[in-house]
Parts: sequence; C-alpha cells; structure tokens
Amino acid sequence: MAFEPQEPQKELKYDELRIYSDAELKNYTEKELKNFKIKHDIPMCEDLESGPWPSFVADAKREALHRRKLAADRMMIERDVVEDMLGQLELSFKDGETHWKHGGIVGVFGYGGGVIGRYSDLQVKFPSIAHFHTVRVNQPASKFYNTDYLRSLCDLWEYRGSGMMNLHGSTGDIIFLGTFTEQLEPIFYELTHVMQQDLGGSGSNLRTPSCCIGKARCEWACYDTQELCYDLTHHYQDELHRPAFPYKFKFKFDGCPNGCVASIARSDLSFIGTWKDNIRIDQKAVSAYMGGEIIPNAGAHRGRDWGAFDIRKEVIDLCPTGCMWLEGGKLMIDDKECTRCMHCINVMPQALRPGVDTGVSILCGAKAPILEGAQMAVLTIPFMKAEPPYDNIKAFIEKVWDWWMEEGKNRERLGELIQRQGLPKFIQVLGIPAMPQMVKEPRSNPYIFWKEEDVPGGWQRDIQDYRSRHAR
Amino acid sequence: MGLSTERIGLYNPAKPMENRITDLGPRHYWQFFPPVIQENYGKWKYHEILEPGVLVHVAESGDKVFTVRVGGSRFMTVEHVREICDIADKHCGGHLRFTTRNNIEFMVDSLEKAEALKKDLWSRKHVSGSFKFPIGGTGAGLTNIVHTQGYLHCHTPATDASSMVKAVLDDLFDYFTSMTLPAQVRVSMACCLNMCGAVHCSDIALLGYHRKPPIVDEEVLEKVCEIPLVIAACPTAAISPSKTEAGKKAVKIKETRCMFCGNCYTMCMALPLSDKDGDCVTILAGGKISNRIHPPRFSKVVIPALPNNFPRFPEVCESVKKILEAYAASANKYERIGDWAERIGWERFFEKCDLPFSDHLIDDYRLAYDTFRTSTQFKYTDASWAVTEAVDGE
Ligand code: HEM
Ligand code: HEM
Ligand code: SF4
Ligand code: SF4
Ligand code: SF4
Ligand code: SF4
Repeated sequence: MAFEPQEPQKELKYDELRIYSDAELKNYTEKELKNFKIKHDIPMCEDLESGPWPSFVADAKREALHRRKLAADRMMIERDVVEDMLGQLELSFKDGETHWKHGGIVGVFGYGGGVIGRYSDLQVKFPSIAHFHTVRVNQPASKFYNTDYLRSLCDLWEYRGSGMMNLHGSTGDIIFLGTFTEQLEPIFYELTHVMQQDLGGSGSNLRTPSCCIGKARCEWACYDTQELCYDLTHHYQDELHRPAFPYKFKFKFDGCPNGCVASIARSDLSFIGTWKDNIRIDQKAVSAYMGGEIIPNAGAHRGRDWGAFDIRKEVIDLCPTGCMWLEGGKLMIDDKECTRCMHCINVMPQALRPGVDTGVSILCGAKAPILEGAQMAVLTIPFMKAEPPYDNIKAFIEKVWDWWMEEGKNRERLGELIQRQGLPKFIQVLGIPAMPQMVKEPRSNPYIFWKEEDVPGGWQRDIQDYRSRHAR
Repeated sequence: MGLSTERIGLYNPAKPMENRITDLGPRHYWQFFPPVIQENYGKWKYHEILEPGVLVHVAESGDKVFTVRVGGSRFMTVEHVREICDIADKHCGGHLRFTTRNNIEFMVDSLEKAEALKKDLWSRKHVSGSFKFPIGGTGAGLTNIVHTQGYLHCHTPATDASSMVKAVLDDLFDYFTSMTLPAQVRVSMACCLNMCGAVHCSDIALLGYHRKPPIVDEEVLEKVCEIPLVIAACPTAAISPSKTEAGKKAVKIKETRCMFCGNCYTMCMALPLSDKDGDCVTILAGGKISNRIHPPRFSKVVIPALPNNFPRFPEVCESVKKILEAYAASANKYERIGDWAERIGWERFFEKCDLPFSDHLIDDYRLAYDTFRTSTQFKYTDASWAVTEAVDGE
C-alpha cells in the first residue's frame, strides 16, 4: 500500500523544537499545588474538584500555578489568563449567563476560517481574557499522536496562548482556547513554518473533515477512512480556508455502518463503508461461539451474567431482515436479503466479517436543528468504489457543491436545500436515477408536482377548442 | 529550526505575506502510528474487550495490540497533556491517540505491559482527589460524554457544559468503569439549540435551552445590525421591522411565535436572549446513530425543562440516573434505550422512568402530525386514566 503524504513530512523532534527547559516544566511541587489559591474566590468552581471524574478545575489550577512560577518573559500573553478564566466562569455560574461577547471577526491573513474571535464583556475585571480567541488546528486523521508533536504544541501554546485547550472539539480539530489578537499571526507562522501544520476550518466553508479509526485498528473498516479523509482535506484546502459557501459544510468518514464518528447525523456528506458481496463466515468459529468457547459481542457484556449465549435468540432472531438460519449446525445467510446492519458481525467478530468487495455508501444532508429542524442524512448513493485517487468521489462532491452554491440561500445547509427544492430535484442535478432505497416508503399523498414535459401535449391549451366541446 | 521566542517570533508584521506558507493541511497520520499499527494496517482480524477499558485487537499476522482507554475532560491544559505524554513515553514508545468521545487510548503490545500501564494510570490523581485517568468507556457501558463549549468559550449558551458533564459523570462513574448495561449508552451535551455536535441522535442528550424571547436593544440595533438579515434569520417569522419612539429603525418580536433558537442573536448582537431564570436544561432520550439492528434515530424530548443549578445540576443528574436505571432493569440484551422505549411503548417508558408527561412533550412544530398516534393500540397507564377521569368516563 502507498502511504505517501502529499507533502514530504519533516521529522519533528521535541528536543530541537522546545521552548521550555526541564526545570521550567517541573517548576512546582505537589505541596505547593495543594496550598495554591488563585487570585479570585471561586467556591462553585472548586466544588467541581471533588468526585472521581477528572476535574477540569483541578487541571486548570495546575496550569495557573505553573504560569505563576514561570519567568515573566516566558509567556507572551498574561500570566494569570487561567485565573481570570476561572474567575469569569465562577461569575457566569452566579449570574446564570455567559460573559463572552457576541462576535468579533479576527483571523489570519488570507484565511476566512480557523480562528474564532472571542472577547470578555468584563474586561476591566478580567483583563487577561479581554481577548480569548480560539485557534482551530487541523487534527491528524484518527487522532493518533506522538509525544514529540504534542509536547511541541504544548510549548507553543503555553508561550503564545493560554495553555488551555480542547482535545478535541466536536468537529474534530485540536482547539487552542484563548489568546490575544496580536499572537494570532505568530502562532500561525510557527505552526506552518516550524511544525508544518495547518489550521482547520470555521465559518461558511468546508469544516475540518474527520474519520473513524478505520483500518488502523478496526477489523470492520470497509475502506481506508484515514486516507480518504487526508486526501480530501488536502484536495479542498481552498474550500477549507476561504469562505465561499452559503454556510458550513461537513464531510465525515465512517468505515462501517456502526458509525463511530456519527457521520449520518452531523455531516452534509456522510461516507459510510459497506460491501456488495457476502459476509465471510468461519463455521468453526460459529461452533465455538455456540459451544461457549468464545465470548460473544467481543466481551462487551462481560459485566453482567446474561446467561449462556443463544445464537438463535441473540443473532438469528434479532437480524432485522430475518435472513439467517441454522442448517445442520452451520450458520447460513441469504446475503442478498441482508441490509448489512452489522449486528451479527458485532456479536461474533471471530466468526463473521464484512465481505471483501467493499466501497462506500454516500448519504447527504445531515444537520443539527438550526434552522429548519434536525435532519439525518438521506441515502443517495448506495455503493461506490472508494479507491485512490478518488476521482469518482471528487466529481460527486463537486456536483453537489455546484448546485448548493448556485441555489442555496445564505445560511442554508445542503439538507435544507434538498428539503426546499425536493429530493427529486437533487437527484436530477446529480444525474442519477430514482431508486426505492432513497425512501422508507413511497409517498402517501398524491400531490405530485408534475412537470409540463411529463404530460402528453404539454400545458398550453386553447379555450376556444375547449368551448367547442363544452357550452358555457 | 526550533519554535521561536520573542514577542512575535519569526513573523514580520511589516511584510505579512513574505514567505507565507498556507494550505498545508494536517500532518500525515502515518508518522503517528505505533509500529504494530503500521505493520498491521488494514489486516486486523478480530478484537475483544478483556475488561472495562481494555481492548485487544488481533491481526492476521498474529500480532496483538492491547489498548487501555481512559476518560478525559475535553478541556485539558498543557500540563495535563504533558502528563499524558509522560505516560506514553514510559509505556507506549511515545504513541497515543484520542477517540471522538474525548477518551485517551494508550496502546502496548503485551498483556504484561498493559497491566503495568493500568496500575500507573489508576495511581494518578489530582491533589483534590479526582482520578486523572479513569479506565473504562467500552462495551455495554457508558462512554465519555461529548459536549460543547458552554461558559468556557461561547457567546450563546443557555447553560454550562464542562461543569454539567463533570457532575453527571461523577454520578455515573460506575457505569463508565463497568459493562453492566444492556447495550452501550451514549450521553451527549450541548449548551444551546445550535447543538455543535450530534446530541440530537444520542441515547441521552442534555441540552441547554433559552425560554425568553430576545430583548431588543433599540439603542444600537440600527447601527450594528443588518435589519433585513435579522428578519430573514428567524425560522418562525417572529421578527418584523419597527421604529422606536425616537424614530430609530429597529425590530419588534412577536413573542408567542418565538421558539428561542437564538438564530437572530447570532445575526445581531442587539438581540440577546440569555437569562438566569429563563434558561434551563432539556433532556432528550432514545436516539442513536449506529445502523445496528434498527436504523439511526433522533432523540426525543422527555423532560422539557430542568433548572440550571450550578455547579452540580442535581436535578439533571438525578433524571439521567433515573432513566439509566429503569433501562438497565428492564431492557433486553443488545437493546439501546430507544429500542427499549419503542418495544415497551413510550407511554410505558414514562411510567417506568417515573417521568411526568406534559403538553410540552407533544410536538407542535412543523410535521408534528407525524408523531401523533392514529391507532387504538395503546397501553393503559395512570396518564390515560387521568384523561378518562377528566371527562367523567370513570
Ligand atoms: C452497536 C453498534 C456499535 C458497535 C458494535 C460499535 C463498536 C465499536 C468498536 C468496536 C469501537 C472500537 C473501535 C476501535 O477503536 O478499535 C468503537 C469505537 C467508537 N464508537 Fe462505536 N460501535 C457502535 C455504535 C456506536 C455509536 C452509536 C456511537 C456514537 C453515538 C459510537 C461511537 C463510537 C466512538 C466515538 C468510538 C471511538 C472511535 C474512535 O476511536 O475514533 N459507536 N465502536
Ligand atoms: C445558527 C447556527 C449556528 C451557529 C451560530 C453556530 C455557532 C457556532 C459557534 C460560535 C461555534 C464555536 C463555539 C466556540 O468555540 O465558542 C460553533 C462550533 C461548532 N458548531 Fe456550530 N453553530 C451553528 C450551527 C451548527 C450546526 C447546525 C452544527 C452541526 C450540525 C454545528 C456544529 C458545530 C460544531 C461541531 C462545532 C465545534 C464545537 C465544539 O468545538 O464543541 N453548529 N458553532
Ligand atoms: S465506524 Fe466501523 S470501521 Fe470505523 S471504527 Fe467504528 S466499527 Fe470500526
Ligand atoms: S448484517 Fe444484519 S441484516 Fe445482515 S445478516 Fe447480519 S444481522 Fe442480518
Ligand atoms: S452548542 Fe451553542 S452554546 Fe454551545 S458551543 Fe455550540 S453554539 Fe455555543
Ligand atoms: S430566538 Fe429564534 S425564533 Fe426567537 S425571534 Fe430569534 S430567530 Fe426567531
């Protein structure tokens, strides 16, 4: 397999990139941390330090202490940014209202996306978070990292930002939380020149694509989610960074119908791996499951005694299409009736596997409720090969974009446009025939919008002619 | 070339476009894979969850990778990430990954190494007592709650995210570290109707909700907002043009039409709608995105409004627990919350979860009719007898 990056990748070594010395990194003791009080009184935040789940407040405090003890010239934004952030959070709890101001357009030259402007509405009280801009950093596919890279990011962000981040935002990006306007260009410069790393998307453009773990560690991936995600992210850099769309647009890549990145619910184009041949069966392993030698559902139900595994009750009867049966101790599947729901494969991963003739199903138009209500993606392309250089997929994407950019109203997502103009119009634009698979059932109202060209003789008629047959 | 220091480093504001590099994209994923992943890429045979939070993946070559999954707060400081790196350097050859649900995964190539890793992870605690790296989040249990920004970064939230998620996960901690539920349960949280993320298809969704129409800041509206855009932004056509007494251009809001989406505020900062008393938490249940057995489904509103009781949201925690416990007690193996609710009927769901049903739970938005029952097939519960009683039907 070819795993060639589209740009040669320079090797990143933390020891060559680092900003802080070991002594600066370990500049406080456990005891100091125990006794540490931030400059604001934050009883409600501190209530969130107890309990077993990792406390973000406890974590924030150690960053606050770390900054207290760094030399003043070793941070380019205020030392007490974390303390002010906690102070403002406490006040938000008290007031029951957010204290971030609306809007504020900032960014780096030439990009319309990647930075979200944010200002406090209590700048006198919390001057260190007067500006608190977010930088979205485009995450590597499937979010694998090495420590050289992560430590370097940490140094950069502690030096030029707040030291606070999200791993990761809901869209997928690494999120740097909070810096001043002046530092945005330097951060971008360091990211690109030193770390060979770009920003992600925000605004009315392509949002940072993201994918499931796929072939890296999942036996069910029906196509290479990482590679397709990487390839399209590169191919559409312009769309990612320069807003030219009516509104946001999201690609997400799931390797199989289990849908681990939820593409079907939250992406305008959802790519879900599938197969067109037969489920692979290892009958020996099937017997081993039936005999209790292999634990079902990959051990996911280990915590409770559900009784002995019963293949009839747990697999055959739960198959939504009823296309499985036992014959002489062997498991049989009528594959042409299977809808590839993954249930039987999930229950018996050592016995059943997806087929080998694989590709993607493409679903279009998912979105959260704003504006017209939540929509799930609609099955549009049942099966398509997904192999490099992915020209077929790119051609499809561009057809969708052409239509949406031409017809979409300001802030109208693809799914809403499909609603407004109709699925029949959408498939006409795509140049694909209608299929029953696109709907759960055919329409029950007969209010069909016939077009003039559908009707023999067209719509133009002559009243005189009509009257010649019907007196007034 | 190292990362630079100095106020603006290597960047030269006098010549911002000089040597500019753009459109690099992300770094290539391959370099971040541990060797065992590189060697077995696309050649995995099967996997097993050995215990909560511990997975083994077996390749066709016979190679194995053991993964220990730990919960993470989505908010992390560089101090925390450095500690994660220390662990990865010590046990995992400097590699790690994050899941889409903000878990951290440490991978090793033998069971012995996994044991040492587990011991190390459980031993790490914050000074105030919480675990830093709780192991779990796999199989028929609860995984990490994905959430949005809340009061930490966003301008439209109706509640806070990080604090609510911390409170709920403290309460449900045992479900994260075990696998005792009928199927996996995905809880998600979004702090306003925008729902950055996909809470609208989660087993249990926590949603911040505004309940007061926007206030019109007439003094500045004309200056800071494009009035036609504001009017167009409203999905229910609740906004129309008006004039103030002083003759300034402004808008008026037909309050009974507003469903509090905040879209107008997004277009125009002169229409704020946050309010301490009006803002609340809505709970939805029964959604999923997996195609397994049943198709993906939307979550349904089951509790219209709970108070924003910062910082621990006792009413929210209690309600989530009630739903989860009723589900654990009566669902079949492999049945997700929504599958269970559909099998027993939603009327029974409300009874079993001990949740009141009010007119707020009957859809009155577009396409509401699709959700009405048009059949005599229903189950008797206290709620149905209350209707009978109300019409003297005995
Ligand atoms: C019943 C159906 C499902 C099965 C059998 C299933 C199975 C799995 C498995 C085996 C993994 C581990 C993959 C790996 O890291 O090797 C995984 C990961 C994951 N699953 Fe699922 N899953 C199902 C449904 C879902 C649903 C409905 C969601 C979300 C709403 C979901 C979200 C995730 C996430 C976020 C991960 C982590 C993915 C990552 O590491 O990037 N899964 N799932
Ligand atoms: C009127 C509509 C919307 C507005 C004004 C809006 C606004 C925003 C803002 C301001 C942020 C950044 C939050 C922050 O970091 O402070 C954001 C993030 C995000 N939005 Fe939206 N959004 C809208 C609709 C949607 C929809 C429909 C979806 C999904 C289908 C969505 C998905 C996301 C995601 C995934 C993020 C990243 C969130 C995170 O980091 O947690 N948004 N949005
Ligand atoms: S979506 Fe399918 S292929 Fe991808 S990680 Fe989940 S189970 Fe594996
Ligand atoms: S994948 Fe689903 S539909 Fe197909 S045989 Fe298995 S259980 Fe049945
Ligand atoms: S869900 Fe709403 S409040 Fe929360 S981060 Fe997204 S836009 Fe902001
Ligand atoms: S909050 Fe939404 S529904 Fe209410 S006036 Fe504004 S745009 Fe219209």
